[in-house]
Amino acid sequence: MPVILELILKSLVLIFVLLTGFAYMSLVERKVLARLQARYGPNRAGPFGLLQPLADGLKLIVKESITPKSVDVPIYFLAPVLVVIPALILFAVIPVGPGDLFQLASKVNVGVLYVLGVMGVAVYGIVLAGWSSNNKYASLGGLRASAQLISYELGMGLAMVTVVLMAGSMSMADIVAAQLPTQFGGVLGWFIFRQPVAAVVFAITALAETMRSPFDLVEAEQELTAGYMTEYSGMKFALFFMGEYVKMIAVSGLFATFFLGGWSGPFVSEVPLLGLVYFTIKVIACLLLMILVRATLPRVRYDKLMAIGWKTLMPVMLANVVITAVLIVIGVPGYK
Amino acid sequence: MNELLVYILLGAVSVVAALGLLFSRNAIYAALFLVLNFGVAAVFYLLMNAPFLAVIQISVYAGAIMVLFVFVIMLLGAEQLPAADTGVRIKASRFVIIAGVAVLVASVMYALLTQSSGEAATYASDPAAIGVMLYTQYAFPFEAVSVLLLAAMVGAVVLTTRDAK
Repeated sequence: MPVILELILKSLVLIFVLLTGFAYMSLVERKVLARLQARYGPNRAGPFGLLQPLADGLKLIVKESITPKSVDVPIYFLAPVLVVIPALILFAVIPVGPGDLFQLASKVNVGVLYVLGVMGVAVYGIVLAGWSSNNKYASLGGLRASAQLISYELGMGLAMVTVVLMAGSMSMADIVAAQLPTQFGGVLGWFIFRQPVAAVVFAITALAETMRSPFDLVEAEQELTAGYMTEYSGMKFALFFMGEYVKMIAVSGLFATFFLGGWSGPFVSEVPLLGLVYFTIKVIACLLLMILVRATLPRVRYDKLMAIGWKTLMPVMLANVVITAVLIVIGVPGYK
Repeated sequence: MNELLVYILLGAVSVVAALGLLFSRNAIYAALFLVLNFGVAAVFYLLMNAPFLAVIQISVYAGAIMVLFVFVIMLLGAEQLPAADTGVRIKASRFVIIAGVAVLVASVMYALLTQSSGEAATYASDPAAIGVMLYTQYAFPFEAVSVLLLAAMVGAVVLTTRDAK
C-alpha cells in the first residue's frame, strides 16, 4: 500500500517540522522580545543561543514528574494530550505547496469545517486541565480560557465563511487556487486585499484562539499564577506550551492560506519547490507579527475581551458576510 | 479488508464508550465517554465517504453541545455520584480512555487520509449539493426548523432573565 505509506511518511515529516518549529519558535520569541526590550535574550547555549531549545527540552524531560495529591488522575494526565493533538492535526488540511507532493488532506471538500471542528474540540483539553487540577486558580483559568475560545470561535468562523464565499468552496486547495495571480489582479487577488475586514478580524481572533497577548489573560500571572497550567510541571507543562506554539504555527498557516494566497508567488509554476518557500516565508511573517504584538500591547481586561468578541467582532463579521454575498451576486469585479 | 478492520475496532470503541457513559459514577467521565462516542460516529461517516456529516458531527456535538454540558457539570459541582466501589473502576477507565483516544485518532487520520486520496465526492458528501437541496427541495422545513430554533433560543434567554415582572 504505497499510498498509505506515503501519507504516513508525510504526516511524520509534518509533525517533525511542527515540533522543530515549536522549539525554535520559543527561542525566536525570546530573542525578539529581548531585542525589543533592549536585552540580549538567551545567548549562552551554543552559538547565538541556538541550542537553547535543546537545553530547555532536556531540563523539562529530566524534571521530576509531580502529581498533586487531590487531582483527578486520569483526566489530569489526559488534558495536556488533548491540548496537543488538535494543534498538531490542524495542519493536515493546509496545502504547503503546489502539486500532490505538498498536499496531505487539503483536497478534502470540507477543509474549512474541519478546521472549525478541530478548534472546537481543542477547548476540552483546557477545560479538563482546569477542572481536574482541583485548584481555584486552575479552575478560573480553565473557565476563562474556554469562555474566550468559544466566544472568539464565532468571529473566526464568520471570517472563514467570508473566505468560503469568495472561493466558492470549502476545500483549502480551492481557496488557494481562487487567489492565484491569474484569477484576479496579480497580488491584489489575495483575499487580504479583497476582504480586509475579514483578514483583520481573523488576525484578532487568531490571537485570542492561541491565547496570545493581548488576549492572554487566561494565564495572567499576576492574578491567576499560570491559570489552568498551575498544577502541571515538567513534561506535562511542556505539552501545554507545545500545544500553544504549534497552534500559533497552524493559525499562521491558516492566515497565509486564507488571506495571503497560500503557496502562490512568482515562478511557482516553473519551480514547485518555491511554493513551499513562499508559504514558509508567509507563515514566519505572521509568527513574527504575533511576537511584535505581544511586545507592544498591554493585556485586555476580561469584560472588555468578551465585549470585543460579542459586541464588535460578531456584528461586524455578520455585516461583512451579508455585504460580500450581495457583492458576489451582483457580480462586482473581484467578487466574481 | 482494511475498512472491515477499522470498522470492528471502532465498533468496539463505540460500545465501550457507550457502556462507560452508562456506568461511570462521575458525570464528567460520562460526558467524555459520550464525546468519544460522537467521535466514533464521525469516523463512521468518514468511512461512508461523507466527510461533511463527519465534521458537522464533530463541530456541533463534540465541539459545541458537549462543551456546554461539561461546563454546566463543572459549574454545578454535581459531578460525583456516591461511590459504590471506586479504585478498580477508575484504574480500568484510565486505560479505556487512553486506548480509545489512540484508536480514534489513528482511525480519524486513516479515514481522512484515504478519503482525500480517494475518488470524487459522492452526492451525499458534497456540501454544495447539500446546500442546494436545503434551499430548494427542503426550503420550507429548513426555514421552519430555523424559526423553531430561534423561538427556543429566545425562550431560553427569557427564562434566564431575573425580575422580568
